[in-house]
Amino acid sequence: MLSRPERLALLARASAAELAAAMAAAAPLPPHRRLRGPEVGLTMLRGRAGGDGAPFNLGEATLTRCSVTLADGTIGHAWRLGREAEAAEAAALLDALLEAAPARAEALLAPIAARLAAEAEAKARRAAATEVRFATLAAMR
Amino acid sequence: MRPGFADPVLDAQAAFRAVMQAMARPGTVQRLAAAPDAPPPIAPAAAAVLLALADADTPLWTDAPEAARGWIAFHTGAPFVAAPEEAAFLLATSAMPPLAGLRAGSDEAPQEGATLIVQVGALRPGAGWRLSGPGIAEAHRLAVAGLPADFPAQWAANAARFPRGVDLVLAAEDALAAFPRTLRIAEEG
Repeated sequence: MLSRPERLALLARASAAELAAAMAAAAPLPPHRRLRGPEVGLTMLRGRAGGDGAPFNLGEATLTRCSVTLADGTIGHAWRLGREAEAAEAAALLDALLEAAPARAEALLAPIAARLAAEAEAKARRAAATEVRFATLAAMR
Repeated sequence: MRPGFADPVLDAQAAFRAVMQAMARPGTVQRLAAAPDAPPPIAPAAAAVLLALADADTPLWTDAPEAARGWIAFHTGAPFVAAPEEAAFLLATSAMPPLAGLRAGSDEAPQEGATLIVQVGALRPGAGWRLSGPGIAEAHRLAVAGLPADFPAQWAANAARFPRGVDLVLAAEDALAAFPRTLRIAEEG
């Protein structure tokens, strides 16, 4: 079963179309009420030069957050990069739904997880192809 | 959990305007048309003031129960402090904490004095205390139900340490009035 942080990470990285598909798969959707947002703000992105570099502020990025509540009081949150208000609300609603029924998360979010895994693997392959091995020459006698 | 302002920008501006007007005209009663549906025991007017003014930089003290504190924390992001003397904003839903124990700022930085929001039973203009001071042309009368019996004495002590001191916002349901530290209260009938 997916933990809540894992679920929120998937919902934050999903595209608006993927969220709409997940909403359609989760139908019928219960009525919900907006607690906060969706509202757009800025967040500071921090970077690190290399594995042991000091952290630095890379720049600010837009962020959309939304919190919704279902009739039974379950609360769902979403924080997503970008300015897609509708997608943030959909992500928050899905989070609330899956908080009430965590067992459905894996099936509902499987397409998103699969797409992200495929992208990560393709990236890793591209990076691996450029790897250069430095052979250390043993001291010659 | 309940939502905050229905329209976060315009309703917060309206609440800010109401507090500003109440502070500029001490003792007049302002009504908030769009106060949030706050969890009990927080009065709608008190909730509107907090949502409009409190943020992550203002330490907050309140005697409200856990559920109400959660609502305030979620919507304002303000950190709670356990000791009233450390807070920038205080919300008293039942008994008012003694004014002498709150942050009063310093002569160099009087703006650091705390703002105390007290929920009272009722605010009735035209009767009760005689209020005077900056913002009041001659005198204004306001009856407040629900403040401690020694409040006029506490207030006189608060006013005596001007420019230091505590500002007060009185909230009753959707109505609010403000007592800035320059206000003088006379008890005559």
